[in-house]
Formats: sequence, C-alpha cells, structure tokens
Amino acid sequence: MKHLIIIGNGIAGITTARNVRKQSDMKITVISSETKYFFSRTALMYIFMGHMKFENTQPYENWFWEKNKIDLVFDFVTSIDTDSKSISLKSGKSLNYDKLVIATGSVSNKFGWPGQDLPGVQGLYSKQDLELLEENLKETKHAVIVGGGLIGIELAEMLHTRGIKVTFVIREELYWDNILPKEDAALVSRHILEHGMELKLATNLKEILPGDNGRVRAIITDKGEEIECQFVGLTPGVSPNIRVVKNSNIETNRGVLVNDYLETNIPDVYASGDCVEIKAVNEGERNRFEQLWYTGKMHGEALANTICGNRTKYERGIWFNSAKFLDIEYQTYGFVSNVKRKGESVFYWVHPSNKKSMYIVFNSDNHKLIGINVFGIRLRHKVFERWIEQGKTVEYVLENLGAANFDPEFFKKYEQEIINKFNSENLGSDLILKTKTFRIKDFISNKF
Amino acid sequence: MEQIQIQPLKIYQHNNNLEIVEKAGLTLIGLGILGFAVSLTGMGNNTPLLFFLLSFGLTSIGALTFILPKLKTSPAGVKNNNIFFNTFTSRKTAAWILGIFITGFYIILYWFPETLTNWIKLVDPLSYWLRNQKADRWFLYGTFYTFAVLIMGTRMLIKKRHNKYHIIRTLSVMFFQLGFAFLIPALLLRLNQPEHYFTYFWPLHYYDLFPGSVDSLLKNGNIGYFMVFWGAIMTFIATPILSYFYGKRWYCSWVCGCGGLAETAGDPFRQLSDKSVKAWKLERWLIYSVLVFITLTTILVWLNFVYHGELLGNVSSVFSQVYGFLIGAMFSGVIGVGFYPILGNRVWCRFGCPMAAILGILQKKKSKFRITTNGDQCISCGNCSTYCEMGIDVRSYAQRGENIVRASCVGCGICSEVCPRGVLKLENDFTDVRTNFNILN
Repeated sequence: MKHLIIIGNGIAGITTARNVRKQSDMKITVISSETKYFFSRTALMYIFMGHMKFENTQPYENWFWEKNKIDLVFDFVTSIDTDSKSISLKSGKSLNYDKLVIATGSVSNKFGWPGQDLPGVQGLYSKQDLELLEENLKETKHAVIVGGGLIGIELAEMLHTRGIKVTFVIREELYWDNILPKEDAALVSRHILEHGMELKLATNLKEILPGDNGRVRAIITDKGEEIECQFVGLTPGVSPNIRVVKNSNIETNRGVLVNDYLETNIPDVYASGDCVEIKAVNEGERNRFEQLWYTGKMHGEALANTICGNRTKYERGIWFNSAKFLDIEYQTYGFVSNVKRKGESVFYWVHPSNKKSMYIVFNSDNHKLIGINVFGIRLRHKVFERWIEQGKTVEYVLENLGAANFDPEFFKKYEQEIINKFNSENLGSDLILKTKTFRIKDFISNKF
Repeated sequence: MEQIQIQPLKIYQHNNNLEIVEKAGLTLIGLGILGFAVSLTGMGNNTPLLFFLLSFGLTSIGALTFILPKLKTSPAGVKNNNIFFNTFTSRKTAAWILGIFITGFYIILYWFPETLTNWIKLVDPLSYWLRNQKADRWFLYGTFYTFAVLIMGTRMLIKKRHNKYHIIRTLSVMFFQLGFAFLIPALLLRLNQPEHYFTYFWPLHYYDLFPGSVDSLLKNGNIGYFMVFWGAIMTFIATPILSYFYGKRWYCSWVCGCGGLAETAGDPFRQLSDKSVKAWKLERWLIYSVLVFITLTTILVWLNFVYHGELLGNVSSVFSQVYGFLIGAMFSGVIGVGFYPILGNRVWCRFGCPMAAILGILQKKKSKFRITTNGDQCISCGNCSTYCEMGIDVRSYAQRGENIVRASCVGCGICSEVCPRGVLKLENDFTDVRTNFNILN
C-alpha cells in the first residue's frame, strides 16, 4: 500500500488528507507538532475571549480520524530526505513515504526591530502563541499592537475583552489601507476608535525597550514618541514556514516553490496552503502567496486529486474573502484594489451610521463588475460569483441587488437607498430595484 | 491624498470592572433573595404585598439595574465574552449550585408543595387582583416563570439589539408568556370560566385531548367547545400548515412557553448542549419514544373511556400516571429546567418534547424552512455549533457548503448571528431544493 505523509495538520493538510481518503485507500499519516487533532486556526481568538473551548474549535470529533484511517502523529519533522523518500522525527523515528505533502503553514513576521525577542513581545499564529499570550498578559494593563491587518484587529479585540488598553502602531495612513480603499479603511479606523482603542497612524516602530525585570517596558516610534506598555503584539503579516524544507533538495524561495499543480521540483513531493509560493507562468507576473483559510482548503481539494492520479490544476476561481473588524463584518468578491486602477470606476455608498458600506468597482468602458467590498451587510457568495463570471454591469447588479442580500430576516434593507445614490450621481441614470429577494428557483433558472 | 476625518461620534471606554450601577443591581438582587428567604418563614403572611415587593420586586429591579448598563459599555454586536470562564455558564461551582437549587425547587413544587405555603401567600394579592381567588402553587410557579421570561427577555433585547430577528422573536415569546400563559388563564378564572392555555396543545399538554379534560371543557358550554375545537385545530391543522411555511420555529422559538423560558432565562446556558453524534442518536431514540408513549397513552385512555374501563381495566390510568410522573414532571420540569446550567437550556425540547417530535418530522419532511449556507465563506470556527442550543453540529454542514435541514432545529437564529463571516441565513424557500447530501464522515 502506498504511503502518503502530510506535514502539517492545518486546513491545507487536513483537506488534502480527507479528500485523498474519499478517493483512495492509501495509507495516510498527518504529522503536526502543534496539536494532535485538527482545529480551526481562525477560532483561536474565540478560545481566548471565552466564546469557545478548544474542543469547540475542532471540526471533527476525535473518533473521526481512526474511523477514516487517517493516522495522526504528534511530533516534529526534523529533516526530509527526498533521495531515500524518508523523513526524520524529533522523537528519533523515521518514516518512509511514497508521496509527501508539505503543509507547514506560516510564521509571524519580525523585521529585526531592536527588542523584538524580549519577553512580553510576540505574534499570534499558533496554539502555542495563544498559551504564551495568557502568560504574557498576566501583568498587562496597556498593550501595543504593531501592524494593522486581520490578525492585528483580532488580537486587539482579544486584549480588549480582558480590559487591556490597546494602542495600534500602524505604518499606513488608515487601518489596512494597503488592501482596503481609503473609504473602507476609514470606516474600519473609525470603528476601532469607537471601541476606545488608540490608533497611531502613519507611524513605525523603532525600538522595543526592556524594563528592570527584563520584560518589555515601552516602545519608541519613529516619531520619537515613547509609549509605556507591558505587552507588544507583532502582527505585521506572516511568511511561509519553510524551516524544515530549506535543508532538503526541495526548491524554496520565500516559500516552497510549486507550479500550478502544487508540485515541487521533486517528483512525489507537493506543497499546499500558507507555505507555498506559486511560480508565475507568464512574463511580468509575480509569484503568488495565498495565505487564507479558503485558499488552503482549495489547495487541498485540488492536490488530493493530483495525488490520487487525476492531475488537477489549482485554479482559485473568482476571488472572495471575509473578515470581521470588531462588530463589523466584511466580505469581498472579485477584485478590489486599494487604489483605483486605470480603466476602473467606483461607486461608493455608506450608511450615515458609518457601519455599513458598499464599494463597487467596475470597468469604466463597459461597466462590467470587477469587484465589491461590503461592510455591515451580508451578501450571497454564489450570486456575486455568477455576476462577476457572467460579466454583469454595475447597473444590472444594482437593479438585482435584492437577490444578493444575505442579511437575516426582518433586517432593514438598503438596496433602494443605494440605487437612489447611484441615480443621483449618474446623470440620466434611472435604475429601479427589480429583484427584491432571492428565490432559489429564480437562481436555478438564471433569472438573475 | 485628501484628509479623511475618522473621529467617531461616540467612544466607548471598555473595562472589565463592574460599573457602580451594576453593583447597585447586584445589591438589590441580594436583598431580594433575602426577602424570599425571610418570606419563607412566614414573616410576611400578614403583609403579603409588602413582602411580595421585597422579594419579587427587589430581585426584578435589581436584575434590570444590573442588565441595563450593558447598553453603554460597548457598541452593539456579538458579545459572548468570558462565557466559558464564567462560573455560572461554564458548568463550574456556581452552575452546580444553581442547578441543584432549581432542581430542588421543582421537586418541592411537584411533590412537597406544603413547604412553599408562605411563598404562595406572597402572590395572594396578585392572584386576587388578577383571578379574584387565592393563590395556589401553580399560580406561584406561573408568576416565577413569567417574571423570568420578562426579565431575562429584557436582557436578550439588550444583548441582541443589533439583530432585529432576535428582538422580534424575543418580544413574541414575552408576549405569549405574559398574555396567553399568565393573564388570559387568570382572567378566565376571574370570569368563572375554565383556566385554559391557548398556546399549548396536545401532545405537549397531553391531557388537553384526554377524554376527562374534553368532557369537562364541553360542560362549560360554548367557550368549552371553542377550547376543545381550538386545541384540535392547532394540533391537527394549523401545526402542519405553519410548519410547512416557517418550520417548527413558528412554535418552538416564537410561541411555546417552554421555548420562551429556554430562549430568555435559558440563553446563558445554550453553549452547554452536547454536540456529539452520540447525543444526536440518543435524541432520536428518546424523543420518538416519548411521542409513541403519549400517543399510545392517549389512545388507551380513549378506549377506556369508550368502553367504560371494561376492556382494559386500569391499564390506561397506569399509563397516564407513569407518563405524567416520568415525562410530565421529571423530564420536562426537573431535568428540563433544573438542569439548564449543566445540560443546556433545551434538554426537554431536544430529547423529550413530543410536540417538538411532531414539528420536527414536519420540518424535515415537508417544509420550506432551511438554514442556507453562504457558498464557501465558512471558516470552520465553530461558533455556530457551540451556540446551537439543540446541539446541532451546524459547522459540519456549513463547512461543506451544505444547507441545514434538521428535525431538531428550532430556528432560534443564533447560529446565523454568531457567525463572524455571514455564512448562515434562516430561510423559507422552494421545498424541492433544500440541501444536497454528499457527505464523507
């Protein structure tokens, strides 16, 4: 029987394992030094905030793995020998594989700041980080978070629930405006302030200072300001975790280099999830890093086919993502650039409460939808996927916007307000709301 | 770049210390509990109204005073902070004490009511005012129950103020409890009519369709006929129709008194439900057994009635007594509510209620209701499953992009609310396309 070894039990590794098992009876071993059982990394924050226990973050009960003959090994891989097709473990054991998947995830970025390794300074990625966080926060009254992204906002919310004062030190002019258009970034920034958190925008960390006890005491910014704090969260993004791969014959750059089939330079060795760097095919394109839950899942699904003999190209389809900034949910479909690109037009609507907004990007010439960012309103994934795929115009989208609404029953609807704004901004435009609600029959029969 | 003004209108300063108002609320609750304790000695028997205010009154005002400041400590949104650290809501010491206390109260209420004599006297003024007669233990119980639904309902209205679905359905259960399960039965008594609960039907109020009850109702003339007719219509006609359009939620989380208590007083305990596949199996065995049991019992008592006891002797009365003790009292009361802090708030509804069993079959087999999963947006975090009071592993469907159609779902809508990615939506839509089952497990 063929033996598949997967290094890493995150969403990419586990999706690969589960989907291989659906198609094949080959022996599957998943190795992790983080936890024995798969858990949802995205839920770490909820454990800390007391919304859930660790068990609640495990998508499968513990009997699932034995029943599906997926062997779980709680150990650390120290080296990979692709010539003898074997790996060595910290426990001293070594295992032979027929096929190997690297799904080692990410590590938190650190940019060589003085004091970045002091006690009381850390990132947030793994379950161990969460345990360290509990330890680090024991005496914390004031925390500084460096770097404003999706992990930064989660960490801030976590600390806030413990009554800790949070100050963000952020390079950007507005929160996450390296990704979000400035209107959206302003909405998020405003909401952060509303929660009583402090934002130091357009500010860089210069140095982290130790106190007499050797732990962090304060930070200094590039503006010369010293901020007293007992904890520093470093959340300026993550990088592929390639520690163990670096010393093997497997080709790496910043991540494990793979082609569109998630194959490495070595036959029978693949990679998936956060740790990959997908090589650009065309001239002028850049290598891709995809460090999202969703892409990890999609990598795993495609890769499982390839491993089972049905070589499948990884295609990520219409882009989508979502997040939650404190109380405000965010979804995005298609491609929304933070700065308007050439040939693009934008329609923007924001509710007076500043907690709901829609930012629609479309082609200036043919008005075809390119992407949408939405805050505080839920939209239907499958409807927007279809509209982008079919090249629907912004006018079509607005007239049928009711079909894409995914807010709970009785929620106030804003489609009419949004259309009115569009009509008032575009001379001669008199759009009317044609589809007010979603009906599955209408969706199936392509009515919108 | 043009400068964007980002100063918000209001800034909330959150800290974890109790506000002064909250401390005052806790003090009043403490005094109210003291009022209850003192009343039990009979000290208030001569001035029941005063002691009613010192017990029920102070506790209620205290609870509301404790709840209200939540409005200003942070913006509206999902705030399940510290639930698994709190001693009341995470099966720790206080939870056990509370569980034993409520369980004990039910045991005393059912089997040692004389112990409560002095508490019953507390609600005498209220009883005379509403019903023009002396209070009894069931009026005391009804008063406790209604206060619990109204006060904890107010807490829900504040906690869920960002979600209109929860606001409306909470107002609905508060309305039905206060109006249909408390005031109307009381007014009927005042008017010398049979005490009747229009929001409970067979098989939850199993004796409503027993020959004895039907017979005695019919003796009351037109209103009695209406009550019997209403009950039969609700059970056999309205239930399938409403369940077809809206799922079982029209009853379980909008109207029913058991559901009303679970959705208000029981809300802090919803995360304690067992999500394992084992519990799901147990649920199916138990709930359908109870349904069979009560159906059989009802048939037997009718046979007995028709044949004047000649055919079966006292078999049917043994059946109905055993059902009344095991299911009516032990399961729905003692375990169903007493064990809120240990097993969660829907133990009775999930494992025992025969009405829920019927509604569940209708919901599963013939209904427009489902919970729609939003494409591939699920991140498997598990908030939905954790906060499902019925112990449904919602995530297991959501992460496969599959809709949720489950007999037990009461449509409370909490899974949709706590989802941080906008993945779940309660919907009534075309019956033929509800879900697709294509599962590896």
